Amino acid sequence: MSEHEYTPKSKAGKWFNDRLPLLSLGAHLTDYPTPKNLNYWWTFGGILTFCLITQIVTGIVLAMHYVAHADLAFASVEHIMRDVNYGWLIRYIHSNGASMFFLAVYIHIFRSLFYGSYKSPREVIWIIGLMIYLLMMAAAFMGYVLPWGQMSFWGATVITNLFSAIPLVGDSITTWLWGAYSVDNPTLNRFFSLHYLIPFLILGLVVLHIWALHVPGNNNPVGIDIKKPSKDTVPFHPYITIKDAFALLVFMIIFAGFVFFTPNVLGHSDNYIPANPLVTPAHIVPEWYLLPFYAILRSVPDKLGGVILMFSAIFILFVLPWLDTSKVRSAVFRPIYRQFFWILVIDVLMLGYVGAMPAEGIYLVLARVGTIYYFLHFIVVMPVVGYLEKTDPIPMSISEPVLTGGAEPSLARKVDDKV
Amino acid sequence: MIKSNIKLFVLFFLLLISLRPLQSAEMVDPIKVDWSFKGLTGTFDRASLQRGFQVYKEVCASCHSMQYLSYRNLGEPGGPEFSEQEVKAIAASFEIEDGPDPQGEMFTRPGRPSDKFKSPYPNVQAAAAANGGAYPPDMSVLVKARKGGANYIYSVLVGYEDPPPGVTLDDGVYYNKYMVGNKIKMPNNLMDGLVEYADGTESTVDQMAKDVTTFLAWAAEPELEERHKTGVKVIIYLLLLTILVYLSMKKIWSRVDSEK
Repeated sequence: MSEHEYTPKSKAGKWFNDRLPLLSLGAHLTDYPTPKNLNYWWTFGGILTFCLITQIVTGIVLAMHYVAHADLAFASVEHIMRDVNYGWLIRYIHSNGASMFFLAVYIHIFRSLFYGSYKSPREVIWIIGLMIYLLMMAAAFMGYVLPWGQMSFWGATVITNLFSAIPLVGDSITTWLWGAYSVDNPTLNRFFSLHYLIPFLILGLVVLHIWALHVPGNNNPVGIDIKKPSKDTVPFHPYITIKDAFALLVFMIIFAGFVFFTPNVLGHSDNYIPANPLVTPAHIVPEWYLLPFYAILRSVPDKLGGVILMFSAIFILFVLPWLDTSKVRSAVFRPIYRQFFWILVIDVLMLGYVGAMPAEGIYLVLARVGTIYYFLHFIVVMPVVGYLEKTDPIPMSISEPVLTGGAEPSLARKVDDKV
Repeated sequence: MIKSNIKLFVLFFLLLISLRPLQSAEMVDPIKVDWSFKGLTGTFDRASLQRGFQVYKEVCASCHSMQYLSYRNLGEPGGPEFSEQEVKAIAASFEIEDGPDPQGEMFTRPGRPSDKFKSPYPNVQAAAAANGGAYPPDMSVLVKARKGGANYIYSVLVGYEDPPPGVTLDDGVYYNKYMVGNKIKMPNNLMDGLVEYADGTESTVDQMAKDVTTFLAWAAEPELEERHKTGVKVIIYLLLLTILVYLSMKKIWSRVDSEK
């Protein structure tokens, strides 16, 4: 940002900007040179920012009416739904907003995987992004506990019990997390406190995520380094802002469809039964966005092994930039990796599906196969394919995509058109 | 290449969907009823809601509480929409415990529209003890709390049957085709002509089951009509805005695209 030369026109603006260069920052964000070939998969950054702000704003309003007490939480949610003006709307936006947030973040992550956005020099952006994702999962899990329904209670019991698998100190840690000898009122209280805190941590990390992005600039579908600013770039405003706005509106239509017409389809009906420590639901399942990890957890017969494997499934992503040995970023020019990418997508979807099913018979087999492939993909496929693969010719610049008349750049265009 | 991947994708999902029936093979799917509140513009049948309230009051309410509803809700838009006088009369027909008074004594008084629905039992334990150990669930959000929703509730109400040969039932346990596990502690309380509908509708079991289920669906989602109405407006607004933004985007980007 330091390279930016900007002087405010007004005297007052100049006075202020010399003391706090907010106006320079604004100018930087406006002029920020962005590759002109970004397709719609790149609009999810803006969509995610919208999701975060939506969750924070609706969450603050909900917190004004919600009561974090084991005896009152369920009733206070019903109070919000029935007696608070537009309480039903605010709560449904918040609960469906969590799902939309994860939908967007998964697309965002898989976009990065396809186009190699995690690779040098963008490793730090990737790692900060993963930290955001981890915090999102923590916030979503704790948020799901707050209505104090059956799934809230038993989901909290299952997840917190994972920590008891730690040798020697496991039980002590679990008791410490609960603040009691089981999931109880102290647990609910601290989950509420943390659920309110985490979004602001995420907000801080989002600022760092964008800051880190603005150092090297955006990756792009062709995946090559480009000169900035140049014929290959457009200023962020109005080109990217309008494109992001269009994509966001399409996203909002889907969002509104859930909120207004089928607000409970993504939740579990058991969560409208008040929490009862004496009755265990037939199947305890987390929200859909955590299901792949739940499947990995249950695919291992040993509790500690399952916990380790589940956390490894997330933490392995942190070293992804160093597991990928390919010099080429975009999968558009990587014919072999591209196949494996789609296998990974199917694998994760399958894990999500079996995560919702009872861990027995065919589902257990599928969960195990899926888990094995998930790890093989990162530990074996990425280093080996990157090493052996013969990549397609890469264009010199975005403006002159066809260097050798290869078919692949037109494929990039096709992806762009289809979305 | 991408196309073949998408084909693979579709195939995979068809496979997953075909796996689904394996899971719920032992249970009978609930009867699908064409409810008036289904769909994007669904609304409640006002007369059915009022009849449903009558069934609830005269049959269900002797065991099932609805603690999150207030009598005033019965007169609010989108619900049974009883008149103000009717709501007051309904509320006044219940004796509500209030207090303590200045002497520290609890007392009872006729109900007011602002009161919550009176529960039949003082607490969950009392309710369970009076019903053979099974707590009759609070019905405020029952429709949302059961997989299958209104269809499931309706199906259970009309799903009582003699147990098939080989199935023995304990005392106070009944056989129900649609209930999870087929065993239910609630007896079959509905029989033809049980209530006398004020509007002259014939009170068959099927009619009463439909009416009370409609009433419960409203109780669980009293905002449904407003939600549907607002939703249609919001989607239309967003669609128009999306078109405008799309056209602006095309115009703005035409400057870049023409450079090619």
